[in-house]
Amino acid sequence: MKVPERYADASSWSYHIDEDYYAELDQTRSLFDEDWPEPGPAALYEATIFLTREARLIDDGRFNHWLDLFTDDCLYWVPVAAGGGEPRTEVSHAFDDRRRLTDRVYWLRTGLAYSQIPASRTRRVIGNVDVFDRDPVTRLVRSNFTIHEFRAGITKLYAGWYAHTLVKTGQGWQIKVKRASLLDSEQYHENLTLVF
Amino acid sequence: MTSQKSADGGSPGTAALARGQWSDRVLDDRVHRSLYTDPAVFAEELVKVFGGRSWVYLAHESQLPEPDSYLSVTMGLRPLILTRDRDGVIRGIFNRCAHRGATVCRDESGTARSFQCPYHGWTFRNTGELVGVPWPAGYGPGFDRSRLGLRQVNRIAAHRGFIFGTLNDDAMPLEEWLGPALEWLDYWIDRAPDSEVLVRSAAFQMGYRGNWKLAYDNAGDGYHPAFSHRSLLEMAARMGDAKDMSYFGKTPDEGPMKLYALGHGHSVIDQRPAYDGPGSFWANQRPQPGRERFEELIRRQYPGDADRLLDLCVGSQINLSIFPNLLIIGNQIQVVRPLAVDRTQLTWHATAIGGVPPEVNTIRMRTQEDFPAFGEPDDQANFEEVQRGLAIAEHEWIMMSRGLGTGWQETTENGSVKTAVTDELHMRHYYEQWMRLMEGEPA
Repeated sequence: MKVPERYADASSWSYHIDEDYYAELDQTRSLFDEDWPEPGPAALYEATIFLTREARLIDDGRFNHWLDLFTDDCLYWVPVAAGGGEPRTEVSHAFDDRRRLTDRVYWLRTGLAYSQIPASRTRRVIGNVDVFDRDPVTRLVRSNFTIHEFRAGITKLYAGWYAHTLVKTGQGWQIKVKRASLLDSEQYHENLTLVF
Repeated sequence: MTSQKSADGGSPGTAALARGQWSDRVLDDRVHRSLYTDPAVFAEELVKVFGGRSWVYLAHESQLPEPDSYLSVTMGLRPLILTRDRDGVIRGIFNRCAHRGATVCRDESGTARSFQCPYHGWTFRNTGELVGVPWPAGYGPGFDRSRLGLRQVNRIAAHRGFIFGTLNDDAMPLEEWLGPALEWLDYWIDRAPDSEVLVRSAAFQMGYRGNWKLAYDNAGDGYHPAFSHRSLLEMAARMGDAKDMSYFGKTPDEGPMKLYALGHGHSVIDQRPAYDGPGSFWANQRPQPGRERFEELIRRQYPGDADRLLDLCVGSQINLSIFPNLLIIGNQIQVVRPLAVDRTQLTWHATAIGGVPPEVNTIRMRTQEDFPAFGEPDDQANFEEVQRGLAIAEHEWIMMSRGLGTGWQETTENGSVKTAVTDELHMRHYYEQWMRLMEGEPA
């Protein structure tokens, strides 16, 4: 889809999320539920390094650098419904396009978000990485995660899996869709303001 | 209201919870910390305030969409199954086997004509009737199945889809109890073109480590947004315009927004006077994913009706609090569920509506992801820090005096009291009801 010139800055405008976008999301989601052929060692290595580096940016609180990993038409998605649900008619913990993701990072960095004073300390471990190259410029990466969070005297543990849709751009691989599915996404949670 | 008492007139003891003692802990202008920290107070209010004497909100009818639907809910700490039988009748049934007490239903929702207790196999219809007991001869000849059904909530009543229940046979009729809150609830329901509200989305089950009343104190509080929500306001201002809620920072004492005390502890904040005309809700909403493309489509497809449809994607601009556990905020139905004296679940149910193009409901979902992500967590962080502060036994009182002595309050035609949005009247008002319930007066 052609984005009009005046909406070109995706950190301020959101023109690209329409019915086609949701439909493509559905299509890609179904691919993540399939069994994939064994990945080549180079692709697996590349994807693993990518996830490791991304995790480090989040855990170190370098959110502006993290934001740079995403494309203009990106989605950072943390569903509420187990398995992802139906985003057209259901809310998600996060369904962030580039603008709302920019907002989220800005919000975390205002120094005024009391739910992040003190800030969460997180450390995540990623494993069971699997890769499927849908086409030469689209790579699907599936992985499991555990995230330990410490904040305001409380340590919490989150488990789940990531579904990354990466696209190859002039700047290397970038994140088009990152979906973080929590094991207990629809259950009781306190202060879910950390970045997954 | 109780008579004014001085704070140094002695502290209320924490001995036996006797009738009438609450007037020592709830004064005209302050409330005692033990109402937020004492497990004995919590145990008593969870029986009396949450169903024993009062109506409490249970669920929305759209959560029981077809014959034989059921939904697990709680009334205070009591686990309940709300069932719709094959004839459509809705019942509240305690989720407790008549035999030895195990829950008979362990799923959150679904359809079932009967429930079989997993412990010893007693089987009950979704009307509560006991229909099966394995090897009943073992109970002897006098065994009477008809007296051993699942116990039911004494009274279940609904107002236009909102289901309430009480264990009090003498409670006044639901709509009388809602009183002036009815017209505000009706406004909220009738925003939907066919008055059809749908609670189908997975819900945010948020929680905080603090007393349940902290949520209620905050829901009618027009004083806090400019401070508690500074992060959200600053975030929204990164593109030059602070949008929704920024008006709370502009001399809110004298502003056009009002708070109304509605009787029986209910209250409402009306933010609508901060807006002007069709399209204004939409124009002032912080941007949702897909906003620009969506607005273009709606304006092209429904040129004469676009502003109305766009406004329906945004919240109602009222915050209606129905005591003790229903908070209508924006387009969301929030249910207060106390778990312990210092732990509370706030369930946010996103709503969709009938009578609009499906894209409108999609953008509604994107709107309803905004405040729960960037507003509510800061509120709940402050609730937790209040709970922490209240650990100081020697510092006994919580103030709720804002607005007293100002002459702000005026009684309206229907008996509501109208005042500035920053008045703490909503707290003083619900504590009167809380005392009536706790002291066993007719409520």
